[in-house]
Amino acid sequence: MAVCVAVIAKENYPLYIRSIPTENELKFHYMVHTSLDVVDEKISAMGKALVDQRELYLGLLYPTEDYKVYGYVTNSKVKFVMVVDSSNTALRDNEIRSMFRKLHNSYTDVMCNPFYNPGDRIQSRAFDGMVTSMMIQVC
Amino acid sequence: MEAAAGGLCGSGPPLLLSEGEQQCYSELFARCAGASGGGPGPGPPEAARAAPGAATAAAGPVADLFRASQLPAETLHQITELCGAKRVGYFGPTQFYVALKLIAAAQSGLPVRIESIKCELPLPRFMMSKTDAEIRFGNTAELHGTKVQIPYLITEKNTFKRIDDEDKQQETQSPSMSPLASPPSSPPHYQRVPLSHGYSKLRSSTEQMHSAPYEARQPLVQPEGPSTGGPGAKPPRHQASLIRSFSVERELQDNSTSYPDEPWRITEEQREYYVNQFRSLQPDPSSFISGSVAKNFFTKSKLSIPELSYIWELSDADCDGALTLPEFCAAFHLIVARKNGYPLPEGLPPTLQPEYLQAAFPKPKWECALFDSYSESIPANQQPRDLNRMEKLSIKDMADFPVPTQDVTGDDKQALKSATDEALPKDMSEDSATPKDSNSLKARPRSRSYSSTSIEEAMKRGEDPPTPPPRPQKTHSRASSLDLNKVFQPSVPASKSGLLPPPPALPPRPCPSQISHHIVNSEPSTQLKPPAQLPKYGDFRLQKQSEQASEAEVHPQLNRAPSQAAESSPTKKEIPYSQPPSKPIRRKFRPENQATENQEPSTTVGGPASVATVKPHPAVQKQSSKQKKAIQTAIRKNKEANAVLARLNSELQQQLKEVHQERIALENQLEQLRPVTVL
Repeated sequence: MAVCVAVIAKENYPLYIRSIPTENELKFHYMVHTSLDVVDEKISAMGKALVDQRELYLGLLYPTEDYKVYGYVTNSKVKFVMVVDSSNTALRDNEIRSMFRKLHNSYTDVMCNPFYNPGDRIQSRAFDGMVTSMMIQVC
Repeated sequence: MEAAAGGLCGSGPPLLLSEGEQQCYSELFARCAGASGGGPGPGPPEAARAAPGAATAAAGPVADLFRASQLPAETLHQITELCGAKRVGYFGPTQFYVALKLIAAAQSGLPVRIESIKCELPLPRFMMSKTDAEIRFGNTAELHGTKVQIPYLITEKNTFKRIDDEDKQQETQSPSMSPLASPPSSPPHYQRVPLSHGYSKLRSSTEQMHSAPYEARQPLVQPEGPSTGGPGAKPPRHQASLIRSFSVERELQDNSTSYPDEPWRITEEQREYYVNQFRSLQPDPSSFISGSVAKNFFTKSKLSIPELSYIWELSDADCDGALTLPEFCAAFHLIVARKNGYPLPEGLPPTLQPEYLQAAFPKPKWECALFDSYSESIPANQQPRDLNRMEKLSIKDMADFPVPTQDVTGDDKQALKSATDEALPKDMSEDSATPKDSNSLKARPRSRSYSSTSIEEAMKRGEDPPTPPPRPQKTHSRASSLDLNKVFQPSVPASKSGLLPPPPALPPRPCPSQISHHIVNSEPSTQLKPPAQLPKYGDFRLQKQSEQASEAEVHPQLNRAPSQAAESSPTKKEIPYSQPPSKPIRRKFRPENQATENQEPSTTVGGPASVATVKPHPAVQKQSSKQKKAIQTAIRKNKEANAVLARLNSELQQQLKEVHQERIALENQLEQLRPVTVL
């Protein structure tokens, strides 16, 4: 159950960012922004190897007191960043992976829509629905 | 005209109706009025406009009835104008009767004038164009109708504009029909006119009267009005009541406003239009339209991009960036609905699911389908018709027919089948439910290309790989490519480069070392055909050559770079030398050749070396023919090698020129930079 989900374009601007409404959203935006550096670092660390060998799932980018930030990069350098609550210890790596996989699938669906221009903000309702299902249910 | 009509309106009948006529007309009027009264939330706005229900006939059924009269639209226009309905805005009894009379006049060939109705006229004839099979009043003349319908179809097709489903649902009855129509439902469906380009006119009420689809769902048929009109009011009235009940039911079942899914139901006419549009974009109906093509097409509808994006999301069920025919129809229908003001649904309605649409309209070939459906529906129609005849008096039985059809799409064929199979609707609902779930649950295999890549692009991509690397020859191509590499890489050891360049180009270099060993070798002559050696060599290997042949082979191989015609100089002395020279040769040839050559030299040299001296001659004769073949192949290979070498030569020449130019430039620079000491 993510607290914040963001899709960042190749040029490092956000295509889609959504966090649970109660929290201070700016804080999450900032976290996502800073995590981009870590993502870039991880990408470049594997940069010597061929892109094929680079894994899409980057794993834990960095932990903070309250939150953990996970990253995922597609082959077209579109980054998915997910912030989860640290207290949610039940979340295993596999679950995070599966969440990213779902994100990736939904993102591909969005791309398949010919009316979507790459680089636009993602406004697909299906994508929204999928992200909502992944977010923590806040009453 | 209008004054006259007005006069008509006010007064009693300036038109004289005979008894039969009166019966007939009242029948018809009751039917039209009943239809409108029975219909929930009136379809056509005119009906709403129509004042107190009972006294007026709704424009929809009236329009259908008029159309059933088989008069051209223009005539009908005139008639409606004349009778005053347009003026007053509704069809009161007077107007209706006048209209009927005018129709009769027109059908008799008289001009459409008020004066014409003053005389005695036969009853107007209405063709019962039957749409829905389930409501059939069984009529002998129905069969006629089918044939008549078809031509009617064709003529009228283009004159109609699309109207809403609801409008189509209006019944038309015609009490009197000579050729009866209750033709199988399919004809009427196919009679539907394709969507007009004026989307905005979809709901225009005025259009409906005159341009409504030729065939709305007509419940039924009125058995020959004129014939039955006589026998008494009872049967017709009974039928009228039946008809009314049917019409009510029909409207219940068909009326889009009453049924929750109706706006999302694709009617036959719409379906046909969508298919035509699909065809215009993509000739093969079983294939799909790429995303970009569809995008351009749908953008013409002038909806906003986010809405179009959402519609695409809804309709492209498998999210592959391309639309199949059912997906396309769903998308088109959503666009049409949106343009008409319907809000877009949250999810794809069940009637627009691709599986549903495919089941409902399975036929990709509409032309064939037309005739197939005609033939199919005729027998099918007759079934319900027979039932109708048998159970005329039981409204309830009749009511059963509409019920199953509710769940079926607008396709009459489906309706026909469902009429006989009530289980069908349940299946359909289940089918529609399950695909929805399966779509969401299953991991979609992304078999098709992503993001609007078309099939053509995929095919092109598929085509690309084969073309680039045509390996022309086994012998020289690699050598040439290697040559180039070696030439450009100064680091390459000169020796290798010396060997690798195309053999003909540098014959002397490798040869001298080898040739020195060969006394007998007539280099110049032999140097001419390097490749010739190979095939000969191969042949010899196969045959277990004579020494002469083998020597010939070996010899050329030795001088491969220079290439020799080995036949000229087979000598024993060459044989021992064949071994060492074969090594450089190996280097020159490609691995395959190397393999063969290795084998060849090793086997042939070893064998012939010992045997060659013993039996040169007999083997030679046998091998002469093989030699010829070998020579031919050698010639071919030589030519190829020539071509390669020539190309290499030209490239090297170019390089030389460039280098020269560079040198000149550098020298110039040097000149300029040199301090001007020399004065």
